[in-house]
Amino acid sequence: MPSAETEPPTPELMLVFYRRLYPFKSIFKWLNHEHTPGRLFTHREIAFTLQNDVYLRYNSFTTADEFKKQTCTLNPTRFEIGPVYTARPRDRKTIRPGAFTPAQRELVFDVDMTDYDSIRTCCSGADICKRCWGFIGAAVRVLDTAVRQQFGYRHLLWVYSGRRGIHLWVSDREAMGLTDDQRRALVDFLTVVQGGKDMNKKVNVRPVVKGQGRAGDLPPSIQQAVDQLADPFGDLILQEQDCFRGEAGWKELLQLIPDSKIVERLEQKWTRSEDRSSYDKWTDLKEEIKALYKTSQARQPMKQAMQDIILQFTYPRLDAEVSKHRNHLLKAPFCVHPKTGRICVPIDPEKIDEFDPDLVPTVGQLLRELDAVASEPSGEEHSDWEKTSLKPYVDMLEKYALGLMSEVRKDRLANDMTW
Amino acid sequence: MHKSSRKIVAEVQVHSGLKYPHRLSLYDQPPTEDITIEEFETCAIDRLRVLSEIESCYARNRPFDELKEITHSQSEKHIPLDHNSATTKDRDGQRRKDNTGHFVLRLAFCRSEDLRRRFVKAETTLFRVRYMNTTISERREFHKSGDFDWTLVEVEERKKYASELKLVPDASPEDQYLKVRWTRVPDLVEKRRVLLKDGWAYVPSRELSSIVFQEFQTRLERALAMTAKALPWMDEDTRLEPILANLSQGFIAGVGSEWGANESTGEEIRAEMVDELAHKHFPMCMRNLQENLKRNHKLKHFGRLQYGLFLKALGLSIDEAMVFWRKSFTGYNDDEFNKKYKYNIRHLYGLEGRRANYPAKSCQQILMNDQPGAEDSHGCPYRHFSADNLQTALLSMYSPQGLTEADLPEIMGTVKAEAFHVACTRVFEITHTTQNVAKGDGIGSGETVTHPNQYAAASRALERASGDGDTVMR
Repeated sequence: MPSAETEPPTPELMLVFYRRLYPFKSIFKWLNHEHTPGRLFTHREIAFTLQNDVYLRYNSFTTADEFKKQTCTLNPTRFEIGPVYTARPRDRKTIRPGAFTPAQRELVFDVDMTDYDSIRTCCSGADICKRCWGFIGAAVRVLDTAVRQQFGYRHLLWVYSGRRGIHLWVSDREAMGLTDDQRRALVDFLTVVQGGKDMNKKVNVRPVVKGQGRAGDLPPSIQQAVDQLADPFGDLILQEQDCFRGEAGWKELLQLIPDSKIVERLEQKWTRSEDRSSYDKWTDLKEEIKALYKTSQARQPMKQAMQDIILQFTYPRLDAEVSKHRNHLLKAPFCVHPKTGRICVPIDPEKIDEFDPDLVPTVGQLLRELDAVASEPSGEEHSDWEKTSLKPYVDMLEKYALGLMSEVRKDRLANDMTW
Repeated sequence: MHKSSRKIVAEVQVHSGLKYPHRLSLYDQPPTEDITIEEFETCAIDRLRVLSEIESCYARNRPFDELKEITHSQSEKHIPLDHNSATTKDRDGQRRKDNTGHFVLRLAFCRSEDLRRRFVKAETTLFRVRYMNTTISERREFHKSGDFDWTLVEVEERKKYASELKLVPDASPEDQYLKVRWTRVPDLVEKRRVLLKDGWAYVPSRELSSIVFQEFQTRLERALAMTAKALPWMDEDTRLEPILANLSQGFIAGVGSEWGANESTGEEIRAEMVDELAHKHFPMCMRNLQENLKRNHKLKHFGRLQYGLFLKALGLSIDEAMVFWRKSFTGYNDDEFNKKYKYNIRHLYGLEGRRANYPAKSCQQILMNDQPGAEDSHGCPYRHFSADNLQTALLSMYSPQGLTEADLPEIMGTVKAEAFHVACTRVFEITHTTQNVAKGDGIGSGETVTHPNQYAAASRALERASGDGDTVMR
């Protein structure tokens, strides 16, 4: 029973949610990579945000049960997951300051709609609709491919952030151990759209060709992204968002065109026929390029500009700070967004385009579902989520955690010499 | 006689017979022989001279070529290392001194996170400069000795990825490639100068030095962490302890280019003065933030950070800062403001969190760190605005102070050459012509802008000197 309306959850609702629905066991397995609690869990920081907005940092737990118990006692609005430290975070005051440092941490990414406010035409600020989700869809496809194919990581968990964005958690062993410098290098490698509000051309990733002073081809990783983004650009920017229909939109587009003659011609044409769609305008641009001689000096820069425009409008805009530091905290999966009441559920990247943020279950809805079946005698309380529409999502996390755990087991067998 | 000595040279070149066969060293063998206390100290001090010089080059933001020049001449002077063919020199002695000095300094600088970081940076730079000054055959020998664990990419594999390899910047079809985990060449990954496949970086052989430098740094970092753990055990040696403490002191006192609050003029600034000061004295980056703040009644995180620290260093007290930000963020009620921003502002003043006295950001930090995202307004306008927006902004901000359209080509020229601080300095000169600042004077005796607070301080000093601050305003 999907619901489009949002409802800020009350403390009472939250408490029932933690008691009966929140999948502490699965979260534990996902963080810990095995059944018996290890450092990955016991040395892990959990930060709670309480109902009165007090922020409690450096909590840590020895078991999933203890984690659940404390969460129910504090009844926070949400909690965040931090790094694995060299010692238990809750003991940090008893150890030498230098000896308490972040050691491991999932590689995390955060893509948020607010970074797209200047180019989305449907909503702004905190609002999100199915149409803006297209930007997230494009971002997920590019990032998912890049992290898997270029960096070779296998364990990627995508999680809806509860309102207008998406998080990615990478749990591969190498990824867990990356230093801040390595994380920064990786994020800079993946960052393409740059420059502040007052910079028109935000994509400047072409290397300068030695001895010629002109911009060269895109680096291989970004060329691959352009190929992936050509279709979403057509669907999203030209059709759905229709970014270049209004005057402000097409003026912005023309600022990205290097050839002043073309700009002049198109400006006249588009001022005359006011209501040309973005699709028509993009076709106009293509026609202009076709009209240039194949050998013309002007042709190559124009083709490059078209690719750069595709990148500027559809390439993922990362919140880089989140990914660069091991000690950055990020909201845990399955938390409830305090404004919308929606659950931060995992998302299958293969089905990202089918995902509709409006259809994500809210905490109120889940508890109503639970009430409907409450009359039946239930066995153990902790599996109550199985009776609600939360089930497919918890199953997804379970399956993901199993993948991680079997990898750890394999490693252990390989290292085990005591036969 | 003549003949025999030549024969010896030839022999030395084949297998040098030296205890330290290479000029370059990854410092994996600590000295094991007896060392006198005196030698212990002199080796370290000579090395420290070179490292301090390197640090101060970084602090002064010297270009790499200059830094290389200085480092080279300093290391020639204090800790020279000669080529294997220099048989008249005591090569083993030089190398032994190099090695000893390095290991003593490890002891001195493993004590805190900060010292370790600085030591690694300076040592890596020294290694890099020395590496660049070696001959190709020396490098080849060194690569063989170092166990760098890289694989040469076979022809078939190269063919398989040919279409992508040719897109790697500056690629040529004859390139050889080495394969390493990407984590070993983060600097090349960051600049997209390698092909990445499944976590493996295909490094063109001309970038091989990058792997070597990274390896040097990683091994040193690891070694320092180990040394730090073993150190308490050594503190009991009363002969060494004072020497080591002294050495680390020398490193700390060597540099300082932060513009702290104490360097402001002492005169207190009140919240309501900020806007006027901004018009008269602020460099463009801060003018831009002030105007954004006035227009939108808010600033994003890094904007608040950049501007807040600048104002702090300018002399805005915490109480006045609170008033200033509260008045500027008009869209929020007191409760929201206190919840969202109060902590943040107090943090800048060292009253929350780590309670650190954060210095205001220098031009280098503004230019290089925390690149503005698509919706941000912090950063350096000369770098982060596009050309036409920059020109418009320059005219609208500074034409009341005498900047005209005729000045733009020159400014834009320097911006295009990426000499952003020069452009900023030029704007300073133009806007202070009424106070007899001529071209080339910079912000005083030809100095260029390296810190926004320095810009503002110079501008305010000029106003005080001419004594007509009030009349200028009218």
